[in-house]
Amino acid sequence: MTSTLTRWRAPAGYALGALLLFAVAPALLSDFRLGQLARYLCFAIVAVGIALAWGRGGMLTLGQGLFFGLGGYAMAMHLKLTDAGAGQLPDFMLLYGDTSELPWWWEPFRSPAVALAAVLVLPMGLAALIGYAVFRRRVRGAYFAILSQALAAAFAILLVGQQATTGGTNGLTNFQGFFGFSLLDPVNRRTVYFLIAAVLLLLMIGVRQLFLSRYGELLVAVRDSEERVRFLGYDPALVKLVAYVLSAGTAGIAGALFVPAVGIISPALIGIVPSIQFVIGAAIGGRASVAGAVIGAVAVAWAQTTLSEEFPAAWTYFQAGLFIAVVAFLPGGLVSLRRLLARRGPRVAEVPA
Amino acid sequence: MTTPDEPLKGLRITDLRVSFDGFTAVDGVSLTVGPGDLRFLIGPNGAGKTTLVDAVTGLVPATGSVEFGGTELLGRPVHRIVRLGIGRTFQTATVFENLTVLQNLDIAAGAGRSPAALLRRRKGVPDAVARALETIGLTDRRGDLAGTLAHGRRQWLEIGMLLVQDVQLLLLDEPVAGMSHDERAETGGLLRRIAEDRTVVVIEHDMDFMRTFASSVTVLHAGRVLSEGSVADVQADPRVQEVYLGHSPGEPVAAPAGGSAGGED
Ligand SMILES: Nc1ncnc2c1ncn2[C@@H]1O[C@H](COP(=O)(O)OP(=O)(O)OP(=O)(O)O)[C@@H](O)[C@H]1O
Ligand SMILES: [Mg+2]
Repeated sequence: MTSTLTRWRAPAGYALGALLLFAVAPALLSDFRLGQLARYLCFAIVAVGIALAWGRGGMLTLGQGLFFGLGGYAMAMHLKLTDAGAGQLPDFMLLYGDTSELPWWWEPFRSPAVALAAVLVLPMGLAALIGYAVFRRRVRGAYFAILSQALAAAFAILLVGQQATTGGTNGLTNFQGFFGFSLLDPVNRRTVYFLIAAVLLLLMIGVRQLFLSRYGELLVAVRDSEERVRFLGYDPALVKLVAYVLSAGTAGIAGALFVPAVGIISPALIGIVPSIQFVIGAAIGGRASVAGAVIGAVAVAWAQTTLSEEFPAAWTYFQAGLFIAVVAFLPGGLVSLRRLLARRGPRVAEVPA
Repeated sequence: MTTPDEPLKGLRITDLRVSFDGFTAVDGVSLTVGPGDLRFLIGPNGAGKTTLVDAVTGLVPATGSVEFGGTELLGRPVHRIVRLGIGRTFQTATVFENLTVLQNLDIAAGAGRSPAALLRRRKGVPDAVARALETIGLTDRRGDLAGTLAHGRRQWLEIGMLLVQDVQLLLLDEPVAGMSHDERAETGGLLRRIAEDRTVVVIEHDMDFMRTFASSVTVLHAGRVLSEGSVADVQADPRVQEVYLGHSPGEPVAAPAGGSAGGED
């Protein structure tokens, strides 16, 4: 009885999630609100990767904005070049640029295949380099978090300084088309929403499967006792690297989808503050579970939009307070409330997923 | 990894030295543990026993030479040494508390798994894991979180994790510290069975336990080998009686478990 219940709980939850995302939300929400939801879902995709790297792997990824930004800028550069047309410069370069030449590193992004590949390869490749250097040297805990944060900040600062080639503080914006479809057409904007919802669900299912795999168990072991894992003949650095690189790829995808959904990517969206906010959503919802992290990310993003419209000053304090309260009193996040309430029932020994 | 009829391998340590900021914790130790031996390594607190095992397993840098089955170990990273068939436990049992007994053993058994195998779910109980569960007597607790095990059973789980790794040399750091009398006896029997087809080195303070189960003994003191031989040889050695047990020479060695040797720390 109980085992059938537990076996079907996750698939039923995902079916309900799909129903909400694909039927209920589009039916109830205006185009404007649906566009906002698309933005929240992008943050939720980042949270899926955070649940993997932080929730399971214990790596406090406080700099996911770096990877979100790489994916976002890769996509945005492609859209800008397509908008401009063959042989033309993107509009902002004509405005600020001092040359009439396209910088060499923009050129490859004309190709849709290269741009799409870059959305994954840039964040994952960079994460592999960072992770290899960092995990080999056994940098972890707060040092890892601060390093991640510093890298995200450095990337944002770099972008601000290169106004002529990156759009600087303004970032890249005013996209007209998305792979041949006009982004001005509301129907196409809804399609972008559906695309984002589908990607989110697929990534959730994929990461959940990873949690249930032997690798998922190994990752928990590395999180709890890296030294012990080393004495079992594994290289913990490699185990962590896989989770970190996958979380970077996830953030890259989120950034790439954010661009057509919201119509902008800029340094302000990828620096320190957004990087912390990515983590706060996952922490409040429950970082050890995919669904918890996703729900937390959507809820926090929604609350931010709604509450900061009404009480712009109070929101920051409220968010910080909520974060501290959850971390201090409910380290498993809000989803762990359910387990806390169900304490009286039989204890399930399997790792929750 | 190993075939059953592969000859047992021995451990040969030559002139091993480990220093921490000028303090020499292991000071030119040479010792040989024959294949299939159940060797006890004893000595007062701070004698360098744990440090010696740390050096063998690659955890602290050392000079000299450590060979296992003719292969030099010094200079290799920890996980490579493990893959040569050398496993250890720690003074405080470290198991993965948030994973079940079964998951703990399954991870221990899996260092050779391919990435593709790692990405799949575990189906059922692998044979080696089932055998280890029987050997350490935890079959009926395999679904429990390791964090819920009592101290003695955690030590057994740790030993089980070495068994599924198919190690040929086990280095156990005070495996019976904090165990009840019955648990000690059971653990001793377990070690004997394990030593039938492996080489085992046990660091221990408990003299009764050592007398009952050791096949040979090495006494360390202040980073050097003080005495070596059978239990009887070592007990008869006046230097051992003086330095280690704090008895004047001639007095029979009948120190209770722990006693002046520091016991269960
Ligand atoms: N990382 C380290 N840095 C500095 N000194 C150390 C370090 N590890 C051990 N020592 C010192 O080396 C000496 C040997 O320590 P070791 O832990 O090997 O002793 P032991 O024989 O295992 O003792 P015990 O019976 O208490 O476990 C001690 O004096 C200890 O203080
Ligand atoms: Mg010790």
